[in-house]
Formats: sequence, structure tokens, C-alpha cells
Amino acid sequence: MKNIYQLIMLMTISSMALADGNVMPMKVPEKVKSECASCHMVYPPAFLPKESWTTIMSGLEKHYGTDASLDPQSIKEISQWLNQYAGTYKRVSSAPPNDRITEYTWFIKKHRKITDSTWRNSQVKSRSNCMACHTSADKGNYDDDDVRVPK
Amino acid sequence: MGLIIKTICIAIVGLLATNVWAVDPVSLEKQYSLEAKQPSSVARGEKFFTSKHGKEWSCASCHEAPPTKEGKHASTDKSISPLAPAFNSKRFTDEAKVSKWFKRNCNDVLGRECSFSEKADVMAYLNSFK
Repeated sequence: MKNIYQLIMLMTISSMALADGNVMPMKVPEKVKSECASCHMVYPPAFLPKESWTTIMSGLEKHYGTDASLDPQSIKEISQWLNQYAGTYKRVSSAPPNDRITEYTWFIKKHRKITDSTWRNSQVKSRSNCMACHTSADKGNYDDDDVRVPK
Repeated sequence: MGLIIKTICIAIVGLLATNVWAVDPVSLEKQYSLEAKQPSSVARGEKFFTSKHGKEWSCASCHEAPPTKEGKHASTDKSISPLAPAFNSKRFTDEAKVSKWFKRNCNDVLGRECSFSEKADVMAYLNSFK
């Protein structure tokens, strides 16, 4: 009986951990698709903690070098979704430098074998262009098996 | 009698309201040109669209010149559908979307909002592609 209880606990904990990884929430609101994804893929909200999303959403007129200003109602709707699914696990326990996913220690470590020439490749262009190599990143899939580094 | 006047008034208000919301690329050009108090110019629009204005990007950096084909976002590489209305019927049909993007993109290209005459000229240039 005790074993069954332990098994159930283990399953609960592991599914909670999975729910907060790099997977995309099941439902991405239309507002998020139309506003965020008109310029870049929708990054999984769990890639950043709530405090980073708050900073980002309160400074959209200076959004990583471009003006992405938005009406107050849209900001409210999108923020609600981001805060709901923001990351709470260890990797993202504090905000990365400049609120950039690409400046997290884990990100730099994971990409340490990527050469400068690959980063500069015209098909890559930017570290934030996940889709250049992680072919199903927009679906929250960053599995090594689906990585195709452009040559 | 009162009822007839009322009906006519409602009809007039209704017509005005539809005119405000029905946006299309040609009426936008006219509207901006009226606000600017000067006729629009395709040549000025082309020069404005393809030139840099003291910052890193021109309009064409992302929208291509001529803007009749797909462009690419200058920093994220995301594809951008054609801007010239004749090549993309969805363009310039939603007033809120038009003002949102003019505000953002003028700020990125010029570091300020665009004037009515600049918008009128850009519209003339975009409407000139058939």
C-alpha cells in the first residue's frame, strides 16, 4: 500500500515538473499569436520567470532594439497568459541578464559547441532565432533529435 | 414628421460611421494627403521608403524594394508578407493595425512618428504597384 502511495506521489511530482519545462502550453491565445508571432516565434513562457515577462511587457516601446508598442488591453491579455505559464523551475529561478533567454548560463552551456561562423550564418542571424536549428521550436520541441544546424 | 427626421439622422450617422471604419489603401492615401494639405507623390514616397533616415534601417530593410514580394524581419528573420496592396489584399484594411505599425516602424526607422505627408507619399508609392 505504501508503495502505491509512493508511486502516485512520484507520478504527480514528475508530471508537475514536465508541465513547467520548455513545452508550449496547450492553448496559445489568438492575441499572443497575432501580436508576438508577427515578428518572432512564440517563445515558451516557461523559458523566463515572471519578473522578466513583467519587465518585457512594461517596456514594449523599446523591445530588444525595436518599437513593439501595444494597446493597454492587449498588454493586459498577453501578460496574463505569460504570468500564468512563466517558469518557476531551477534554471529560471532568477531573471537572466537583459531578460534574454540567450544570456542564461544554461543556454550558453548548452550551445558551447556552436561555432561563431554558425551563429553568423545568414540562415541563423541571431541567437534568438531558435527555429534556424531547432526545427519544431515553435511547438516547444527542443529535442536534440530534431536539431538541424544549417551549413 | 419627427420620425422621418429621426430616421434620416440615423441613416446619415450610420453612413458617416461606415465611412470612418471602411479603410482601404486608396482612401488612406487621400486621408493622409488631406491632413498634410499637399498632394501625395510616388517619387517622394519611393525615396522615403528606400532611404535610411539616420538610423540602422530603411522601410525596405524589412519590406524589400519593390515591396511586392515577401520580406524578412531585419533582426529576427521572420518572413513578412508583401506590403503593396495589389500583391496582398489584406494590407491597409484595418485602421488600428495601420496606425499601430506606422507608429512602431516610423520610430524604428526615423526615431519619431511619421508626418501625414510622409504617410501620404508612402501610400502613393505602395498604391502605384499594380
